[in-house]
Amino acid sequence: MTLLDVRNLRVTFDTETGPVEAVRGVSFSLGRERLGIVGESGSGKTMTGRAVLRLIRPPGRIEADAMLFDGQDLMRASDREMRALRGKRIGMVMQDPKYSLNPVMTVGDQLTEGLRRRDGLGRRDAEAKALAALEAVQIRDPQRVMEAFPHELSGGMGQRVMIAMMLIPEPDLLIADEPTSALDVTVQAEVLSILDRLVRERGMGLIFISHDLRLVARFCDRVLVMYKGKVVEELEARHLLEAKHPYTRGLLDCLPRIGGPRGPLPALDRSGAWAQ
Amino acid sequence: MTDIPAPPRNTRLLQILQQVGLGLMTLAITLLGLLLVTFVIARVVPIDPVLSIVGERATEAQIQAVRDRLGLDLPMWQQFFIYVRDALTGDLGQSIRTGADISSEIARYFPATLELATLGTIFGTLVGVPAGVLAATRPGSIADQIVRVVGLMGYSMPVFWLGLIGLLVFYGQLDWVAGPGRLDPTYDMMMEFTLTSYTGMILIDSALNGAWDVFANAVSHIILPAGLLGYVSMAYISRMTRSFMMNELGQEYITTARVKGMPEWRVIWVHAMKNVMVPLITVIALSYAYLLEGSVLTETIFAWPGLGSYITDALFAADMPAVLGGTVVVGVVFVTLNMLSDMIYRLVDPRART
Amino acid sequence: MTTLRAWLQDPSPTSRRQARLGQLWLAWLRIRRNRLAMAGLVIVGILLLVAALAPWIAPHDPFVQDLGNRLKPPGTPGQWLGTDDFGRDILSRIMYGARITLYIIALVAVTAPVLGLLVGTISGYFGGWVDAVLMRLTDIFLAFPRLILALALVAVLGPGIENAVLAIALTAWPPYARVARAETLTIRSSDYIAAVRLQGAGAPRIILGHVVPMCLPSVIIRVTLDMAGVILIAAGLGFLGLGVQPPQPEWGLMISSGRKFLFEQWWVATMPGLAIFIVSLGFNLLGDGLRDVLDPKSAPK
Repeated sequence: MTLLDVRNLRVTFDTETGPVEAVRGVSFSLGRERLGIVGESGSGKTMTGRAVLRLIRPPGRIEADAMLFDGQDLMRASDREMRALRGKRIGMVMQDPKYSLNPVMTVGDQLTEGLRRRDGLGRRDAEAKALAALEAVQIRDPQRVMEAFPHELSGGMGQRVMIAMMLIPEPDLLIADEPTSALDVTVQAEVLSILDRLVRERGMGLIFISHDLRLVARFCDRVLVMYKGKVVEELEARHLLEAKHPYTRGLLDCLPRIGGPRGPLPALDRSGAWAQ
Repeated sequence: MTDIPAPPRNTRLLQILQQVGLGLMTLAITLLGLLLVTFVIARVVPIDPVLSIVGERATEAQIQAVRDRLGLDLPMWQQFFIYVRDALTGDLGQSIRTGADISSEIARYFPATLELATLGTIFGTLVGVPAGVLAATRPGSIADQIVRVVGLMGYSMPVFWLGLIGLLVFYGQLDWVAGPGRLDPTYDMMMEFTLTSYTGMILIDSALNGAWDVFANAVSHIILPAGLLGYVSMAYISRMTRSFMMNELGQEYITTARVKGMPEWRVIWVHAMKNVMVPLITVIALSYAYLLEGSVLTETIFAWPGLGSYITDALFAADMPAVLGGTVVVGVVFVTLNMLSDMIYRLVDPRART
Repeated sequence: MTTLRAWLQDPSPTSRRQARLGQLWLAWLRIRRNRLAMAGLVIVGILLLVAALAPWIAPHDPFVQDLGNRLKPPGTPGQWLGTDDFGRDILSRIMYGARITLYIIALVAVTAPVLGLLVGTISGYFGGWVDAVLMRLTDIFLAFPRLILALALVAVLGPGIENAVLAIALTAWPPYARVARAETLTIRSSDYIAAVRLQGAGAPRIILGHVVPMCLPSVIIRVTLDMAGVILIAAGLGFLGLGVQPPQPEWGLMISSGRKFLFEQWWVATMPGLAIFIVSLGFNLLGDGLRDVLDPKSAPK
């Protein structure tokens, strides 16, 4: 069953020096599976994720032939309909909890906000749900975290709070935009396994955006490789290491390997026709 | 697994007390500096303080008696010490012009200034904050351009000239408001003799007395100067609100709020505004202080019997003790406002507490 | 012309002068696109022109009284902005007043920033207790009501243009000290300062020769932004009779002399106020534009 079907998505920024295309005709579809999007910085992977939620701010523009979520065309949805989808049915976890949590609101207020404002829950019920969500992301002392401000949390704690916040309404689709790149290596694995377990248990679709090829290969079912706003290759994650496309091969060859040759790593060759 | 380093409640209270203590220390040092400056000014003044008290034809003995009383023969540091001690006990000396106690004179004049500046700041905030938010949410739009140009105009106008033009148009030509002064003479008499004075601020006192005709008359007098001061303060507040709001709206937590499906008004007025409030408090306090200071120029135009009028009148009568007393009082209000805004800032911003 | 432009826009300049001029050229291109800033530049340019050419373009002598011609309304042939209570042509007086305004601005611009720069760079360069004392002092001055302090100073020093300037300068330096200190703190730890120090240069030489020049751009922007405020304070002092003395055609003083006839002869007070307003708006617009162009930190993203 298809959850999300994106056809010919374009994101354009009108700047002083003319329009800049960040995403140039991306198409993909997604069931209740884990889709990875990889690419270097500026390849348009973040913009693709945000375009699905229609959260590109002017001067950016979103165009697409269609963007069907559960049968509903997001391109034609009104602002009100979009708001009803956001949070409730599509969630997003951003890169750095230091910036993605409101610095002057307590964690509790931010966690319960959706429940109370959108779903009209009472204070007590909302707090109970929020506490349960914090426990689900393996936070030991949830009561205290509820009263804390974001700057009092470590990066790993912050990202867990963020995941809890997005999973509370049990969305059908979660977009995770580099959810672990701002974290310490030791914490990365923990956060990933929490994310992995919750996505599996609840059977939701996941778009996992990352620049880390190995991580994506291990964590996802399918992978899109993006370059300069286009999808250059789409393949099964377990076959990623046997990729054919010269760009993907180039990316893989740049990775150092334990026991590999000790010489300098090759630089990416961008001379092919695909690099236009 | 990581534990959060959030301190328990009682240490947080301790921290706040510590902050207050630090603030009071800063306040004390700054006030001492203020008194030092006015003291130095008073000593270099070419007017002989003794002559102005005893007059030209005083005997040698009379002059010496006054010199002793004023402590003019003591070493400078002792004189300064006495000056500070007197100021701390609320004694700012005697006015040369009237011979009255300067502190009690200022206490009589000050409420009028406070009333005007407070009302002006309220106007400025009520209009300036929404205008700045409107401009920030639609950058480049017509509304943004208007807010920007109207703000810059307010920045560029001499406030005394604005007052004159206001009088000319709204009082002289249109006759929408009452003229200079705080009340019409008849109501002034009423205020003086039949009503109880609680605060010295006519709007509050007349309301407390239930004298609504006096209240209405006071409103018709204060509306023009307060409106003009409000415009000046609005110019500043709207500009700063715009820039703070623009900055916050570009932050990632705003995207988070939108991802949660929050309506746009809540994103702006709750999520962004809570962050904008933090620096905005300082801005509003600064603009309040600016209006208090600007009273020197506006009050003469509106014949407003406040601190500004007191200082300028003293200036023309070469009444230096009164001028410096007024300067000290405005300085104290300034410094106190600064400290207050700093403390509120720490209370509003959880990051500043730890 | 085209070769000059090519030389300026050369992406690989061959000399330091070329690189610097190229930077200025780019800044100029950016500011030219900012319509409001250009309007400000035009206003300031007109102020300079009028002040320079006042004796030749003013239709009348600003001091000669003509009591038969007093309080003529605007639009009177030969006296387009009307006359004041002594029959003097208001337009001519405003033109000559531009010289006084410019004189005050220039004096403040060469005194207050210099004082602020010295305090700020010394404070930032030495750090420690020097920094603590100087910054405390700066904070104390910053906490003062500027206008009222200037007023008290003038009251002591006696009215007059130089005393007014002195009073304004003595109250205007703290913001420059703050800016200069912040810049110095980042410059102080840079490698080239360490290199100069290793060559044996003393503190005065490092501060004056290497730190101060680096602080200049941000201080200059601040000065432009502050000029409007200086004009307003100077006019305020003039209005209270504490600045320039009659019969000098200072704008604030002219407003004050027009107060007596505000309701009957409105133009006497209105016209010089308009001049203050326009000139101060010009400086505000220019300063705003300059900050957008030259200060990358505040530029819109």
